Amino acid sequence: MSYSQKVLDHFNHPRNIGSFEKNEKNVGTGIVGAPECGDVMKLQIKVENDVIVDARFKTFGCGSAIASSSLATEWMKGRTINEAFQIKNTEIVKELSLPPVKIHCSVLAEDAIKAAVEDYRKKKVAGV
Amino acid sequence: MKFPIFLDNMSTTRVDPRVLEEMLPYFSEEYGNAASRNHPYGWKAESKVDESRTRISQLIHCDPKEIVFTSGGTESCNLALKGICEIYREKGDHLIVGATEHRAVIDTTRRLERSGFRVTYLPVDKTGLADLEALKREITDKTILIALMYGNHEIGTIHPVTEIGKIAKERGILYFCDAAASQGYIPIDVEAMGIDLLALSAHKIYGPKGIGALYVRKKNPRVRLAPILDGGGAERGMRSGTLNVPAIVGFGKACELALAEMETERERLWKLNEKLRTAIESSLDYVHLNGHPTQRLPNILNMSLEFVEGESILMGINDIAVSSGSACTTATLEPSYVLIALGAGVELAHTSIRFSFGRFNTEEEIDFTAKRVVQTITRLREMSPLYDMAKEGIDLKNVTWKRE
Repeated sequence: MSYSQKVLDHFNHPRNIGSFEKNEKNVGTGIVGAPECGDVMKLQIKVENDVIVDARFKTFGCGSAIASSSLATEWMKGRTINEAFQIKNTEIVKELSLPPVKIHCSVLAEDAIKAAVEDYRKKKVAGV
Repeated sequence: MKFPIFLDNMSTTRVDPRVLEEMLPYFSEEYGNAASRNHPYGWKAESKVDESRTRISQLIHCDPKEIVFTSGGTESCNLALKGICEIYREKGDHLIVGATEHRAVIDTTRRLERSGFRVTYLPVDKTGLADLEALKREITDKTILIALMYGNHEIGTIHPVTEIGKIAKERGILYFCDAAASQGYIPIDVEAMGIDLLALSAHKIYGPKGIGALYVRKKNPRVRLAPILDGGGAERGMRSGTLNVPAIVGFGKACELALAEMETERERLWKLNEKLRTAIESSLDYVHLNGHPTQRLPNILNMSLEFVEGESILMGINDIAVSSGSACTTATLEPSYVLIALGAGVELAHTSIRFSFGRFNTEEEIDFTAKRVVQTITRLREMSPLYDMAKEGIDLKNVTWKRE
């Protein structure tokens, strides 16, 4: 299988690799997937006034999974948490020209975005 | 160096120039049908086919008449299993098959199960060796065939075929051995090993694709086989169809070269193998060898590089052609059942990479590969959440994962 130029670009030059301290109150963390399924995605967001000011990822998975999470961090930055929550996997599929067998990578990225936002919301409600 | 470096010689090999040269006239001037009995075109083709039969028989120590040409390893496995089951059905309906056999065997026995045969899949230990005590226990008076390969195509583990042959013989059961991955790399002697049927393939040993053979024992015992193709009754009635003369010529030459160069080549390939393994092991943590440490084909190195997914490794080292047991790299999207059979968890398959060396690989290529692999794994681990967790001392088995 050959990869699209955009997948290759994100794979070879991934954006926003890294981690934030997950206990900080303005950080939301989403970890989805499982090692035995062959992919685990960790997305983190840093939020100020409900706007995502920074994002990081770490991913265990195929090239398309890495590209999907790299793209997700790019797209989240500058959006409000409500806007980020609306990001659809189909948009990722389109942007990266993912073939049908790789759609699950984009689903995982969408799940990771939602998990990170929900984690942040939970923290905010709990007032930690 | 020519890029991408080809370290996927278990998938196929480049045709040796000496093989190609010997084949060429049989496409053009010598185009006779080996079954034509009444003119020189046929005679010449037949005599060259006979010469190839002899060359192949010398590689495995059998009588040339015991060689049945097929379209390749897959057909040889199909013919052996289906052919035996059809003829010996009256005698019994039970087969014992290794869990790590090639798909050409496993898929065939699955089909045979659907038509009423009972199949026991024999487990292997963590190095890939079949449990021979279990083999003895599983044999019943209805068992007609044992199918256990010689060297494994993914991990290289070499089965103790002589012992298996002895067990089969003691119980009066036929022994079919798939040698497509190991022929030409390690010695085969069907007589000494007690093998009754043996599958061979030309393109794994620098011969052309689309040609293989099945060794079928003629005496002690005389093995009978029902054909899976009808039409004319060539190859002692076991395989109809006009013989692919140029390919057979190439196959014969490939066997002759493999036999002549086996000892020196075996040593050279082990050296390359060990060189790559030690280079990777000394530079990276969390790496494991898959397969048997010593009882292994000299041309296979299968390793799991923990916390990095196989397809991403292949993508990262795109100037090297290798394969992986990761689900993402297979047509079925299933992780390698061979690696899963080793019992160390499916993660082992997802993070696996198989290097397979060949006649045309050089030390320089191995040095380049080692460097490239270490570089890529280091880079990918920087992106891996699992590597972080392992470094923090978290046991990944105790983590509750959010599955899709």
